[in-house]
Amino acid sequence: MRGTVLADGAAEGLALVLDEPLSLWGGVDPGSGAIIDLRHPQHGATIAGRVLVMRSVRGSSSSSSVLAEAVRAGVAPAAILLGEPDLILAVGAAVGEELYGVRVPVLHLAVAQLDSIPDGAAVSIHEGGEVTL
Amino acid sequence: MRLVMRAAEVLGAERLIPITGAHVDSCLYHGEATVDFVERLIGGGAHVSVPTTLNVGAVDLLHPELWRGDPRTAERGRLLMGHYRSLGCQPTYTCAPYQLAAARPAFGEQVAWAESNAIVFCNSVLGARTERYGDFTDIACAITGRVPDAGLHRTDARRAVLVMRLGADVPAALLDDDSLYPVLGIVLGRRAGSRVSVIDGLPPGIPEERLKALGAAAASSGAVAMFHAVGSTPEAPTLEAALQGTEPEEIAEVDMAELRAARDELTTATAGAPVGTQVGTVSLGTPHASLAELRAVERELAGARPAPGVELLVSTARTLLEAAEEEGLAGRLRALGVELLVDTCSYIAPVLRPSPLPAMTDSGKWAFYAPANIGVEVVFGSLRECVRSAVEGRVWRDTDHWGTA
Repeated sequence: MRGTVLADGAAEGLALVLDEPLSLWGGVDPGSGAIIDLRHPQHGATIAGRVLVMRSVRGSSSSSSVLAEAVRAGVAPAAILLGEPDLILAVGAAVGEELYGVRVPVLHLAVAQLDSIPDGAAVSIHEGGEVTL
Repeated sequence: MRLVMRAAEVLGAERLIPITGAHVDSCLYHGEATVDFVERLIGGGAHVSVPTTLNVGAVDLLHPELWRGDPRTAERGRLLMGHYRSLGCQPTYTCAPYQLAAARPAFGEQVAWAESNAIVFCNSVLGARTERYGDFTDIACAITGRVPDAGLHRTDARRAVLVMRLGADVPAALLDDDSLYPVLGIVLGRRAGSRVSVIDGLPPGIPEERLKALGAAAASSGAVAMFHAVGSTPEAPTLEAALQGTEPEEIAEVDMAELRAARDELTTATAGAPVGTQVGTVSLGTPHASLAELRAVERELAGARPAPGVELLVSTARTLLEAAEEEGLAGRLRALGVELLVDTCSYIAPVLRPSPLPAMTDSGKWAFYAPANIGVEVVFGSLRECVRSAVEGRVWRDTDHWGTA
């Protein structure tokens, strides 16, 4: 599979396929990576080191900051795969790389491709946007 | 400039266009990364090139005694707010810059705004143009004075693709009930996601406060950056105008069952907090209260005070507080025991008195985020219900326009 690169990089991790969109601000503790949104079906799971798979995005414009802070704290997701382009997460990743030298690739994939990724699957992301299971 | 170019790439823009102003959300402390970023900008000698307002920060700089959390976090939050001021941003510290006469862009103006509720209001209610900018991008656009020529900056992207029609079973009395609008926003956010929508079936000329509440909720449950309301928002004098003469992707009808379910979800307190349930706190002003809303609080109090032990807090902008001081309103509210918070908000700063009892709010956005952010159970109701509940110390309900299921 190949996605459109919103923030480039290579990463590996286990997929965390979100059942509902998640706002990182108000939804994730940037100190631990835990999902704290009480209404989210995956409340209590952690995004740290996972390949986050999200069909659509929602919520706060502060999510850029929360992603950059999660990078600083070492609890960022390994990569983020989205069903629609999102500037807020792309820029959070860009700033995390600029300040701390850690890359969190953010890719936009077709929804049908995202749906082919099972929760918990080992996913590799290569520079340039290639995704392999 | 690199961040603005990155934004242009992500949005697929071929060129940059100038802006007349910006609203920056990056001044709210979310950890040391937010300080590291702005210190990098300051080190590079950056300065904003267009008039730029600031969003809420972590602390109420005018009433620091209200802070109940870790003093180190307050200090870092205060430092960050000052850093953005030193880049040339105006110390407005409000999530509702559109309520400040001097910061309100005119119809058609190109701006770069962050803060999800402000973005929706700017596009939908003012007809000024911004993309859904987030932290870091906002200040990058303010410094360069440029935005990508893409997305909602362009006329064609402002066309509604989803029509959300109110069902025939929505009673007329509910359309004139404040509590409908945040609930409608929650439903809209879920239905629309990031798509531009048009709401059909509302009465024309909806007041700004209701559109504000609707937009703030829609930007919490979804990624809504713009909606039209036929007869109320400037790019939707008619349904056809909102659709720009094209066919919508989807027409969705919203009936009472869906609205009631969304309303009930906003209340997290045990058993849906029936009438008579004790409340410990009532929080209003998310997004920041307008002067009209501050006056409404006084009107609903009608000279009464909150019940002993119940905190009634209203968040607003420091500029509006100043106006309220001048007309004597702020003094009268304080004399009745109302706490007025500025520069921040009661669900991002530890300011509420600790209480084991649920907190009541008229805001869909506050109801959405407060349980996770500050660990409270929430009861949702209209402004009138909130104020009367504060006075009685127990949940009070107005005439029921929602009907029974």
